[in-house]
Amino acid sequence: MDELKRKVLELLKEDARRDTALIATMLGVPEDQVAKAVKEMEDDHVIVKYTAVVNGSKVDNDKVTALIEVQITPERGRGFDYLAERIYLYPEVKSVYLMSGAYDLLIEVEGKNLKEVASFVSNKLSPLESILSTKTFFILKKYKQDGIIFEETEGDHRLVISP
Amino acid sequence: MNETVQQPLQQRGSMSDYLNKEARAIKPSGIRKFFDLVSGRKDIITLGVGEPDFITPWHVREACVYSLERGKTQYTSNAGMPELREAIGQYLNDRFAVTYDPAKEILVTVGGSEAIDLALRALVAPGDEILIPEPCYISYSPITALGGGVPVGVETFAKDNFKLRADQLEAAITPRSKVLILCYPSNPTGGTMTREDWLPIAELVEKHDLIVISDEIYAELTYDANHVSFSSLPGMKDRTILVSGFSKAFAMTGWRMGYACGHPDLIGAMLKIHQYTVMCAPVMGQVAALEALTNGLEEKDRMVESYNQRRRLIVKGFREIGLECHEPQGAFYAFPSVQSTGLDSETFAERLLLEAKVAAVPGNVFGLGGEGHLRCSYATSVAQLTEALEKIGDFVEKVKKS
Repeated sequence: MDELKRKVLELLKEDARRDTALIATMLGVPEDQVAKAVKEMEDDHVIVKYTAVVNGSKVDNDKVTALIEVQITPERGRGFDYLAERIYLYPEVKSVYLMSGAYDLLIEVEGKNLKEVASFVSNKLSPLESILSTKTFFILKKYKQDGIIFEETEGDHRLVISP
Repeated sequence: MNETVQQPLQQRGSMSDYLNKEARAIKPSGIRKFFDLVSGRKDIITLGVGEPDFITPWHVREACVYSLERGKTQYTSNAGMPELREAIGQYLNDRFAVTYDPAKEILVTVGGSEAIDLALRALVAPGDEILIPEPCYISYSPITALGGGVPVGVETFAKDNFKLRADQLEAAITPRSKVLILCYPSNPTGGTMTREDWLPIAELVEKHDLIVISDEIYAELTYDANHVSFSSLPGMKDRTILVSGFSKAFAMTGWRMGYACGHPDLIGAMLKIHQYTVMCAPVMGQVAALEALTNGLEEKDRMVESYNQRRRLIVKGFREIGLECHEPQGAFYAFPSVQSTGLDSETFAERLLLEAKVAAVPGNVFGLGGEGHLRCSYATSVAQLTEALEKIGDFVEKVKKS
């Protein structure tokens, strides 16, 4: 990836609502170059989507999120990817990672309540062939996500005017 | 018994009569007045801040906390921890190609401010003239005057990007001239000096046998070019007291960590004053500064890159508003001209604050050449900058119409 794309990406990761004109000004390059870089990264799925980072606890307290460790036996010829796909197609599954270590997949599942997540695990996840075991951990509180601290305590303490 | 012993011949009328005449003569900083107008208000966007908007990186804070846990709470050697002086020497050599002996030529101080104070105290004798290119940081003249020195402003101009011109400097030199105080990159103008800009200045310094205090606190915040330390110019090392610190580049203002480098005779004299007045810089700050130099250079580069992005944004913003703005090549200030509005800088800043709720510092407080300008710090978030620019734009339009 070229230097310009890397810089554009950094600025968009800080704030995805920055438009190409602003980014071009900040980087000191012509706007059409930025627009082209963004377009190419969108086409190449470098930029997959623009979304908002939400502090869920302020929206509704009902939703619960769980992290589930899954041990599997990869299928001959299809490896882990096939099973990962079987899992990530469920809309309640928010993320799926292939892991090194004691288990194989780490998945994040969101549900309205404990029961809903539990039922997903017992009725949908566990019955899948090749799944050896699952361990479910419910998230109690999110402090930081994607590098963003939800309850920022380090505010601006500077004097309003200083020499 | 003699009664006159109990009764002084003349009673002092007020407490301020006890003050010496130099302390009495110092004017309160023009920034102070503005600060009083603003303080306590929450609805204001401020471009008036002379410090980074980054908090000191966590690893630096953590190093300090850890040293406290380990009980590192004692005096250090007067000149500063040897490891820190070593690190400063190495850093200055790597970054700016200047070489100082950590044992005799580097002194760790309480901020760059103390280093400037020490240098002036050590150098200035009553009647000496101290040359100060202006607009400039507000402290040089008062400290000069405290020691009985005579500050002589040398005006710099927007049309020269606020570079110091040799002809302007030479015109201000007299047989009593002794010290030249340089501050590039400049607070408040953002002006910088290239090697080519410096050479004729160095010639004058040589010719008139001047000594230079070079305040290079903003050295790292130089954009699109490398900072040229005055001390790195041919023949200038022994004529220069290089002053810098950690505040701006490493986002460490509140730690008060600075240093001075120079000829052992000069640093030695400054060290004497330093040991009698403050003993040593705080050990906690020294530990943090060492960590910043050891592991903080990448983070520093990221911060500089971020200032640069915001610099481009604010300069373009002012030009679109119709305020003339030279391109600041360093520090984190833009210094646009507000003359096209017909207002003087103080009126502009005051009305901008009251009517548009944006705080900035009027240029007149920075000495000669500052009138007609506004110092705007862009060390604030892109969102705030964008909003401030919109508000300034509306305000300027309103003023121009009326």
